[in-house]
Parts: sequence; structure tokens; C-alpha cells
Amino acid sequence: MSGAGEGRLVIVVTLCIAMLLAILPMPEWARPFRPQWVTLVLLYWAIALPHRVGVGSGFLAGIVLDVLTGALLGQHALGLSVVTFIAIQLHQRIRVFPFWQQSLGILVLLVIEHLLSLWVIGATRGVAPGLSYWGVPLIGALLWPWIFVTLRKVRRHFKIS
Amino acid sequence: MVAVILSLALLVLDHRFHHLQHLRSTLAFLTYPLQYLADLPFTASRWLSETTSSQETLLEQNRELRDENLRLKVELQKYESLQAENLRLRDLVDSSFKIGDRVLVAELSSVDLDPYKQQVIIKKGAVSGVFEGQPVLDAHAVMGQVINVTPLSSTVLLITDTSHALPVQVLRNGLRTIAVGTGRIDQLKLPYLPTNSDIVEGDLLVTSGLGGKFPPGYPVASVTRIDRSPDAPFSSVFAEPHAHLDRSREVLLVWTIPNQIPVASAPADPVDDAPATPGTATPTDPVGDADAGGTQPSPERGT
Repeated sequence: MSGAGEGRLVIVVTLCIAMLLAILPMPEWARPFRPQWVTLVLLYWAIALPHRVGVGSGFLAGIVLDVLTGALLGQHALGLSVVTFIAIQLHQRIRVFPFWQQSLGILVLLVIEHLLSLWVIGATRGVAPGLSYWGVPLIGALLWPWIFVTLRKVRRHFKIS
Repeated sequence: MVAVILSLALLVLDHRFHHLQHLRSTLAFLTYPLQYLADLPFTASRWLSETTSSQETLLEQNRELRDENLRLKVELQKYESLQAENLRLRDLVDSSFKIGDRVLVAELSSVDLDPYKQQVIIKKGAVSGVFEGQPVLDAHAVMGQVINVTPLSSTVLLITDTSHALPVQVLRNGLRTIAVGTGRIDQLKLPYLPTNSDIVEGDLLVTSGLGGKFPPGYPVASVTRIDRSPDAPFSSVFAEPHAHLDRSREVLLVWTIPNQIPVASAPADPVDDAPATPGTATPTDPVGDADAGGTQPSPERGT
């Protein structure tokens, strides 16, 4: 039982690191290109351990991210819960893909999350983001293999299942 | 499905009714350690560069600041006599006038927020007496207002955010209007000015104090561009904020309404920008004494 508790702790810590990366100060030119760290980490856990990280976790992580970034409450929560739901539905397929194919799948999920965010921004009369907005999921997809390998190491090291 | 509905409900509640301030404040307080951690390397590096900067640099800086202080004090003398005169005139016409807003200096946190919203986080919160809706200025002009307070930090909505509107007045002729944020850090829009209104490029906009949130008379922006098209009922007027919204490291929090001034003095020294006391002049400053003497007779000059 203590193993389960420790596993949860590791998952929460990785998510916290992702959130830290999401608000870490960056130079002005790089700000629009910040990858969706939280989404990426959450997707890994949802694909690797769908019985532990579900839509609820996605929702909670989204709310915390909203508060941290000062976005409208629910903006990221909506995107993250939808994306984790899809990831859990498809986890068995995504797991066996080679890396590049996985990245493509992740790209689609990241775009969906971004699109939902954009809808929220648009519906609440926010500023319409420029074309660089769509570069973000692409960067995320390119980062995916590294995130996957790192988190798999973490998972195996702490023997979380 | 439930999560989606819940998210949508939250979105609507937050956007339309602003009922979630408490929830947001609580969560923001819980996530404060994360913000602190993200900000830490930058605070540390600033501290390091300050402690290791050479004596010459510090002396140089000191001299510059002293010069500037001198200049500002001279200006203040003029201002004080004007203020005294103004008060007397207002007494004559029986109109009340409040002076001596209380201010507190707060440092910005370098944490990055949603890039599509104009917000910043400051490292002062409810503990220092910050309250929701409090006006925030920098050394040049109005920056924005506090929208969310936690015990140790608060979020400031800048005047350039699309959801921010500020009642302003043209200094030259007192024309009142509203300045709305455009989402661009260097631009404000004045959408409610009829085509024939008296406004020209370069006009200074100051707060009118009509919204009840901002004290009247603080500079906001100057008009940069006016597009008058004969077929449109309103001209589109753009203005550039005077505040260094993207560069300021320190901001001023202002208390104007007496009952909102916290009783206990905050840990960081709150500055009173009411008439400078002679005691603040440093003894080493040769002109400090002259200045202190200069402030005394100035009220008489008005009579």
C-alpha cells in the first residue's frame, strides 16, 4: 500500500515540475513558444498508468494550471480533461507505436488541447493569438520522445505500476 | 463528460459572475510555493549581482540618485506651493479635496503568466494590506489594479488587458472618456469618442476618478493616433501608456480611501507621499537643508 502512496507522490512531483516549467520566466521572444509541459507529462501518465491517472487528475491539474497562469478558471481544465480522456481511450494503441508515430498521436492531442484553449480565449473576447500559437504543439510533439524516455525511467526507478 | 461540464460551468462562472474569487485566492495561496520556486533563481541572481557589484558602480549609482533626488525635491517645492494654493481656493468654493494618498512599494515577481493576458504578480499580499481593486502605479503613470489577493502575493491586471477599462480625462480640456486595453502592452484604445470631439495627438490622459477605484489626476497615457473617418460615428483613438508596463521592476500600491488603510504598519516601510518631512533630507546633502527651509515659506507665497 505504501508503494501506491509513493507512486502517487512521484506522479504529483513530476506534475509540479511541469507546472514550474510552465511559469518559469523566459525571455520575451521565447514566451509564445513555451511547450505545454503539463499536458505532455499528464499524457505520459495517462498512457502509462490509465488506472491511476484519469480525467479527474487532468481536471485538477488543469485548475491548478489556470490559477498559476492567471487564465480563466476552467480554460486548461477543459482541455486537459478532454485530452486525458482521449489518451486513456487510446492508450493501448499509442503504447505500441514507434516513437515518431507516438509523436504524431501526441501532436494531435496537443492540438486538440490548444484548440479548446483558443475557443475559450475567443469566446471570452481575449486577444487572438498569432500564428506562433500553433508552433507550440509542434514543439511539444518534438519533445515527446525525450519526455517519454525520461518519465519511463522515473517510473521504472520508483517501480510505479 | 462530468469534467467537461464542470470546466464549462467554471468558465461561465468565472467569466460572467466573478463568483470564484475565493476559490481562486485559496488555490493561489496553495500554489504560492511553486511560484516562489520559479521566481527564486531570478531573485537570487539579482541579489548576487547586487552584493558583488563594485564600489565604483554603487558610488556612481548613488551620485546619480542623489542628483535625481535633488531635482525632484526642487520640483516638489513648486508642487507644494501649488497644492497649498489649490487647497485654499477649494476652501473658498467649499469643495472637499483629499490629499496624501498612502503608497507602498512592491516588487514584481518574475513568474510568467498566460502570454495572452496582461497580468503580473507582485510580492505583496493581504498581509501588507493589499485589497482587491487597489490601484497600482509605477514611477511614471497608472499601471493597473489588483484583481486577486493571497496573503503573500497578488495579481495585478494591467490597463492594457482587453478586459480592463479605465475612466480617463483629457488633461488639456477635461474631456471625459474610457480607455480600454487592446491586449498589446503599448496601446490603449479610446472607443467612445465622437468624431467631432476635441482631442489631438499628444494629449495627456489622466485618471478622472469617476470609476471610484483610481484616484483622480494620475497620468495614464498620451494620445498617439487618431483615425477620423467621416462615415463612422466614433473616431478611433489610440494612446500609449506612460507606465513602463513591461519594464518596471517595482510598483507602487496606493491607498486613497481612508478606511482601507491598514492600521498596523506593514513590514516593508510604507512611504507617505504627502509633503516630504525635513527629516528625510540627508545631513550630508548640502542642499537638503536649503530645501527643507524652502518648503516652509512656500504656503505663504500663495497668499
